[in-house]
Amino acid sequence: MEKMPKWADVVLIPVISLLLAGILSGLVILAIGEDPIKALWIMFDGAFGSKYNWGYTLYYATNFIFTGLAVAVAFHARMFNIGGEGQAALGGLGVALVCIFIPWPHWSLAILGAIVGSALFGAAWALIPAYLQAKRGSHIVITTIMFNFIASALLNYLLIGALKPIGMMEPATGKFPAATHLPSFHEMLAPLGISFSKGAPANISFLIAIAACVFVWALIWKTRLGYQIRQFGESESAARYAGTSPTKIILVSMTLSGALAGMMALNNVMGEAERLVMNATEGAGFIGIAVALMGRSHPVGVFLAAILFGALYQGGAILSQDTNIPVQLVLVIQALVIMLTGALDNMVRAPLEKMFLAFRRAPKPAPKPTPAE
Amino acid sequence: MTDTPAIELVGISKAFGPVQANKDISIRVMHGTIHGIIGENGAGKSTLMSILYGFYKADAGEIFINGQKTQIPDSQAAISAGIGMVFQHFKLVENFTVLENVVLGAEDGWRLGPSLSKARRQLKQLADDYDLNVDPDARIEDIGVGMQQRVEILKALYRDANILILDEPTGVLTPAEADQLFRILERLKEEGKTIILITHKLREIMEITDTVSVMRRGQMTATVKTSETSPPELAELMVGRKVLLRVDKKPAAPGKSVLEVKDLRVVDVKGVQRLRGVSFEVRAGEILGIAGVAGNGQSELLEVLGGYEKGTGTILLNGEPLDLTGAASDGQTRRARGIAHVPEDRQHEGLIMNFTAWENVALGYHNDPKYQTNALFMNNAALRADTEAKMKRFDVRPPDPSLAAKNFSGGNQQKIVLAREIERNPDLLLIGQPTRGVDIGAIEFIHQQIVALRDQGKAILLVSVELDEIMSLSDRIAVMFDGRIMGERLPAETNAGELGLLMAGVAGEAA
Amino acid sequence: MTDILTLLDATLRLSTPLLLACLAGLFSERAGIFDIGLEGKMLVAAFLSAAFAAMTGNVWIGLLAGIGGSLILSAIHGLASITFRGNQLISGVAINFLASGITVLMAQAWFQQGGRTPSLTGNGRFDAITLPFANALAGVPVIGPIYSEVISGQTILVYVALAFVPLSWWVLFQTRFGLRLRAVGENPAAVDTAGVSVVGLRFAAVAICGVLCGVAGAYLSTGLQAGFVKEMTAGRGYIALAALIFAKWRPWYALYACLLFGFLQAFALRPDLIERWLHFKVQTQLLDVMPYILTIIILAGFVGKAIPPRAGGEPYVKER
Repeated sequence: MEKMPKWADVVLIPVISLLLAGILSGLVILAIGEDPIKALWIMFDGAFGSKYNWGYTLYYATNFIFTGLAVAVAFHARMFNIGGEGQAALGGLGVALVCIFIPWPHWSLAILGAIVGSALFGAAWALIPAYLQAKRGSHIVITTIMFNFIASALLNYLLIGALKPIGMMEPATGKFPAATHLPSFHEMLAPLGISFSKGAPANISFLIAIAACVFVWALIWKTRLGYQIRQFGESESAARYAGTSPTKIILVSMTLSGALAGMMALNNVMGEAERLVMNATEGAGFIGIAVALMGRSHPVGVFLAAILFGALYQGGAILSQDTNIPVQLVLVIQALVIMLTGALDNMVRAPLEKMFLAFRRAPKPAPKPTPAE
Repeated sequence: MTDTPAIELVGISKAFGPVQANKDISIRVMHGTIHGIIGENGAGKSTLMSILYGFYKADAGEIFINGQKTQIPDSQAAISAGIGMVFQHFKLVENFTVLENVVLGAEDGWRLGPSLSKARRQLKQLADDYDLNVDPDARIEDIGVGMQQRVEILKALYRDANILILDEPTGVLTPAEADQLFRILERLKEEGKTIILITHKLREIMEITDTVSVMRRGQMTATVKTSETSPPELAELMVGRKVLLRVDKKPAAPGKSVLEVKDLRVVDVKGVQRLRGVSFEVRAGEILGIAGVAGNGQSELLEVLGGYEKGTGTILLNGEPLDLTGAASDGQTRRARGIAHVPEDRQHEGLIMNFTAWENVALGYHNDPKYQTNALFMNNAALRADTEAKMKRFDVRPPDPSLAAKNFSGGNQQKIVLAREIERNPDLLLIGQPTRGVDIGAIEFIHQQIVALRDQGKAILLVSVELDEIMSLSDRIAVMFDGRIMGERLPAETNAGELGLLMAGVAGEAA
Repeated sequence: MTDILTLLDATLRLSTPLLLACLAGLFSERAGIFDIGLEGKMLVAAFLSAAFAAMTGNVWIGLLAGIGGSLILSAIHGLASITFRGNQLISGVAINFLASGITVLMAQAWFQQGGRTPSLTGNGRFDAITLPFANALAGVPVIGPIYSEVISGQTILVYVALAFVPLSWWVLFQTRFGLRLRAVGENPAAVDTAGVSVVGLRFAAVAICGVLCGVAGAYLSTGLQAGFVKEMTAGRGYIALAALIFAKWRPWYALYACLLFGFLQAFALRPDLIERWLHFKVQTQLLDVMPYILTIIILAGFVGKAIPPRAGGEPYVKER
């Protein structure tokens, strides 16, 4: 007998966790002497109040879909990939190299090249920790943390060195060629007669992110590989018994994870900045953890959670412009969401399960279960 | 004084979530006796004793120690009440020394040095008093299970336990080691200690206890004097009806050789030799039973044959060699060659508890063409339908393919595994501990299925630590000890005594 | 010569927060609670120490406030990973974000200086202490300058950190508490059945971790620097974690690992010295990431195997 219905697990618990996070954040805002209701309104308006704001919300959401899916895929294999940040950074490097050094005739070809470049670089950066985990038993959490720092140092080194155009002061690559410019929402929607904000950075990579959601859904639940990934994630011993190679699953799932994280660069590097700057990922790799946890590692959940976090980021930015509340408020909310949906899951879950059990017992007594030792 | 029981439990109940493990249990154990508690796996014996030891908290009921009503909210309280417990799975810190393990939790003061010296002296005394010699400076991970069990007993005695609970203490011991343990228990009884022995083995109850309580499905069904009962009566009390102690089967009609194992060797990751040159043969239409105390290489044997452990030597299946180390030594390849495997550990290998029944039916067979829609996608609908059909044929209850494996009882879980493996029409079936944790009704069903498969002319390799099961199912019996086959016997020409000696590594002419 | 001395002096100063955080992690992980939230605890402690020192002008009150803040985060980590048996790694990640966010929020609310505290002066900082005979011994060759220039003249927290190394060893290996603490990290069921509270022990370990992280953070903002700036821990919590693995969860090895990593940090600050001594340019980025690379090599088992406490990261569940 299940302790509670599936919908409670999938919908109710994340919603309650989110509400709790919201209430606690409100208390934080109150503690620093601001009005939480007003703040919430400003954030809401900042995220959804205009097409321009929507454009930013969706732009951030695109980043978080990629990194959220990255964490989610790894979660299915019971790998905790904290290295999304580094993998996304390397993905940026891949995009930059592809855009700068290959003379693309048109963006539609450039984006294909960029997908390959970003996925390859992100995957490669995840592959080393994956290999060490699979073959040497090095804990993936520790190694991926270390690889984030190494990635940051590597990009730092390249951006003040080899990749910086001569004569430029700022540590960044030069602007990508015009042919690699990705259509923004404004450019995409204009032919359809729909006007969208010109200045908002949301671009065609949002559609690629949605495609990635569909891809991950089909992969995990409809294919043999996905079945094997889940098998391994649930029980390594059963996977070995079934003839699934742990090494293969660790490598494949982490490679996929890294590739997805890397593909975030399509949005922030190619779509928005159109050049590679220092610290381009801005913590999106870590937000992927919150997004995956909240989205219960399901692509639909990841998509919704990513939109929510996109709104939080955009709303938080507006909030910091309009009030005395720094944008780091978003970090606090993010922390609370990770804590409540991840580590404190049992705190929310246990009382709910009790409630459902009591509720179910009340009308008719539960069938007599088999006793166990 | 002698009229006051050492322990009296009144109306103990305990539920784990929806599962009622103990229901209104009352029991009295007199001073200076050995009291047995017998019951099937899952009858609630361990739960009851864990409550007495303060490891679990009872939902209802009272505990009296020496006539005094006593609250035992935690193990600390049990220890102060003079209760010691040796768990089935030892509670030792592996990389600590014996001395450190004994002292842990019973130190004399906040400094460690004086506690350790005192314990060293006292351990010497206890060793002399009870014949319990253990090297105090040995690390737990370096000593054998028999020794580890002694450490557990010493831990209890060091804490001045007057009441000692032992949970399935012989499961990991050879018959000789078990005899030694029983001598120690007799000695403890002579010294006035009260002992509670939990077991599911009738032989042990008859051999050593003074009184015995029988548990069934979380309830206490009877308490009797051992001298006034008999094994058949106890068995009937345990399972609630007359038990068929023998399986009805025709004599085997063995055909051609299906499995031939020659000089098989396995070395584990720590470099320990688990199989030291094992050779045997299983023919079509026969059941070869492998007897032995757990941990003597049977698991590794199944794992090598099942394709998820590497080994050296030769294995011929229908005359063709199997790859033992290379790329083709995995479960997938083995299945393709016609080997089906019901693994020993149902919960960690045979099934994935959080997967639905239909996802579990694909375990190991996800590449089966009939479960595919096309080259890319699996056909989950076909898989579900196939599972439902299998569940009906094997009488799995409830026959709901979308229910998670964890929600089935042990017997129904095992039926799902059996259905998956047997219905593949394999040439060879590997089956480990087929009835562990399975209720008695399902045991009969499972035994019948195994015999039926044999009668279809399949080769069956049966591994079980239950000697009775081995003796009633097998057509030939091989006994394993320390990674070797100690000998082969025919069930009709041997007895438990002889097999027990082989299991202990004695009587050594190898067959 | 002076270059060497300043380098060693910087090594000692930079090693101190690493060492304190590393020992903090050692207590927690030896008890079976993984803690990747060292960074966050240090950060909160750094902020509160600087804030209270700035407001009261008394660095000791600052230190206490820092420890208090770190302890609150420890309590949250304990609640999540011990009481509610949550995932310790996820809890640690959350704590790091919480610290990053909340320090800036509070700094802005209290001081309106863009997420920093006012600069600390006078009694708001820990002063350098001149050890006895420092001047007298200065003339002795080799040892003299090292004693007077490197070892003497540090703030009291440096000496506290160094004293914690033998103290930690003694507590872990010579006391009842240490025996139990190590046992609970290896096999909590053994501790539980021996009648000792697993929850109590683990909370105690997590609390010690909080205190030590508190001191580490206080040292950053009131000893090493004069005030708090956002993200001032700059990954030190993770380097301490790396040092802990490098040290294989042992106090004396922790000292050596932290000195090594501190030395690399000190070296990275003086690229000129490297060029002068080694006659080639070493990228500072390479020195920055050396601790991480070394730790990965250790983790990969190429140089000795680091085996963590066996029950580490697993919540203790008694009932099924």
